[in-house]
Amino acid sequence: MSAPSRASIALACGACIAFTAPAAAERLVTTLSVSRVQVASNFIGTDVILFGSVERDAQTVARHGGYDIVVTVTGPRETVTTFRKARVFGIWVNADSRAFIKTPSYLAVLANRQINDIADINTLRRTQTGLARTLLPQEISGDIADSTRDDPFRQAFLRLKIARGLYREAQNGTTFLTPALFRAAIPIPDNVPTGIYEVEIKLFADGALLSRATTAFEVVKVGFEQFVASAARDHGLAYGLATTMMALLTGWFASVVFRKD
Amino acid sequence: MQIYLPIAELPVNVLLILFMGLAVGFVSGMFGIGGGFLMTPLLIFIGISPAVAVASVASHVAASSFSGALSYWRRRAVDPALAAMLLAGGLIGTTAGVWLFTLLRALGQLDLTIGLSYLILLTIVGGMMIVESVRAIIRAREGKPAEIRRPGSHIWIHKLPLKLRFKQSKIYVSVIPICIIGFIIGFIGAIMGIGGGFLLVPALIYLIRVPTGVVIGTSMVLTLVTMAYATVIHAATNHLVDAVLALILMIGGVIGAQFGARTGQRFSGEQLRLLLGVLVLMVGLRFAYDLVVQPADLYTIRATEEQP
Repeated sequence: MSAPSRASIALACGACIAFTAPAAAERLVTTLSVSRVQVASNFIGTDVILFGSVERDAQTVARHGGYDIVVTVTGPRETVTTFRKARVFGIWVNADSRAFIKTPSYLAVLANRQINDIADINTLRRTQTGLARTLLPQEISGDIADSTRDDPFRQAFLRLKIARGLYREAQNGTTFLTPALFRAAIPIPDNVPTGIYEVEIKLFADGALLSRATTAFEVVKVGFEQFVASAARDHGLAYGLATTMMALLTGWFASVVFRKD
Repeated sequence: MQIYLPIAELPVNVLLILFMGLAVGFVSGMFGIGGGFLMTPLLIFIGISPAVAVASVASHVAASSFSGALSYWRRRAVDPALAAMLLAGGLIGTTAGVWLFTLLRALGQLDLTIGLSYLILLTIVGGMMIVESVRAIIRAREGKPAEIRRPGSHIWIHKLPLKLRFKQSKIYVSVIPICIIGFIIGFIGAIMGIGGGFLLVPALIYLIRVPTGVVIGTSMVLTLVTMAYATVIHAATNHLVDAVLALILMIGGVIGAQFGARTGQRFSGEQLRLLLGVLVLMVGLRFAYDLVVQPADLYTIRATEEQP
C-alpha cells in the first residue's frame, strides 16, 4: 500500500466523527456505521448507515419549520468519457464524445424531503445541492467548463450513472427519528469503485443553510480480490506469467486426466 | 452463485461462466480449435468489457491449446520446424497486435474495432467454409471422388525464395509465406482474443500444402505460444487479464473439450466444416446486427482515466 493511500485511510477514520465550526448556532454531530466497506468475492452491495444529531445551545433560536438534512456522498473522482453513436456508412460508431473531468465515480444525494422544497433554487445552486446542480466539468475543445443543465451529453451521463446505481437522488433518503436526530442509509451497490467516499451533511432550516459537517468512509477490496487486483496493477509482468502458468497447468492437468492411451 | 471478478470489476454467476466454458470447450474439442472466436463474443454479450474479454480469453485459449498440443505431440503429429517458423512471425505479430490494441483503447475506438474485425473476418471465413463444405458434400452425394490436390500443383507461393525443407511435413517451401501467416494470426489474435486455429488450419492446408496429419497439432503449438505470450504482455501493458475469470473459463473449457472431441468423431470432415462454418457465420452476423441496428441508447460512458 502506498504512502498517500495510507494517509487517506487515516483521514477517513479520523473523520468518522466530525464536528462543525463552533461559531454556528447549530452544530452537527454525525457518525457512520462503518469506516470501511470491504468488497470480497461474495459482495452483493450493502448500506452504510449515517447517524446524526443537531446540537443546539442556549443561544439557538427556535426553528418553527423544523430542520432539513441533505447528505451528499461523493466517491473517488475519475475522468469519464461519454460517447454518442451516429450512423456512418450504415454502421453505428462512436462519432462524438465529451470527457467529464474528475467527476465523482459515485454520487448519492439523500434528503429528508423534496430538495426543491428545502431551499430556493439560488441557495441550492450555490451550495451544489442535488444531482442536477452538481458541477460536472467537461473538456470542450481544450477548455474545461460545466455545460448547461440540458446539455444532451450531461443528461446522458447522469442517466447512465443512475441506471448503473452509481448516482442517485432520494427525497426520502434521510429520516428524522426525533426532531433533532436523523438517520440516512447510503446504498453501496456491488459495482462501486474502491477509494475514499466523502460524506457531506448539510443542515437547512427555513430555506437557509445553517451548518455543514463532513465525514468519510473507504471502500476497499479485501482478500483474494484485493490480492489479484493489486498484483495485476502493480506487478503486471509477474501476474501475466503466473496466469500463463496457471493456464498451462490446467491444460496439462486435463491432458493427464483425460489421457486415452 | 455470484463471484466478484477483480479485474472486470463486476459480479458474475460462476455457474454461467463455467457453463460457457463447457459449451465453448465442447465446440473447440469437436472441431479441434481453441474456441476464442466464440468465447470472446460470449463474454462481451454478458457485459464484460471487450478489452477485458480479449485479454482474459487469451489465457483460456492457451490452456485449451496446451492440452490439445500435448496429445498431438505424443502422437508425433507436430512439425517442430514449421511451428518454429510460424512462431517467428507469430510473436512479432502478437507484439504489434497488443501495441495497436493499447493505441485503439486510448483513442476510444477499441470496441468498434473489435466488433468490425469480428464482423468482417467471421462472415467471410464462415461464408467460405459453408460454400466449400457444401460443395464437398454434394460431390460426395453424386458419387464423384473427392477433389485431390496433387502435391505437384504449385501456386505462386511456391516460387518464393528462401526455401526450406520441412521433414515432418514432407514439404519444401519458402519461409516467407509461413512467417507472414504466423504474423497475421498473432496480430489479429492479440486484438480479437482468438487463437486463430480456424484461420490457420485452412491457410496451412490450402496455401502451404501442409499435410492434414500434422496441421492441427502444429497450429495448436502456434496458438499455444502466441496466446501465452499475449496473456503476458496484455497483463504487463494493459493490466486487463482477469485471472479469476480465465480460471473458471479454462476449467469448463478443458472438460467440455473432451466431450466435444468424442462427439466430433461421429461426423465426417465435410459435415464438421459445414457446422463450424455456420457457427462462425452466426457469430459474425450477431456482430453485424449490433453494428447495423440502431442501439437502444446512443450514449455510452467509460472511465478513461482513474484518479489514484
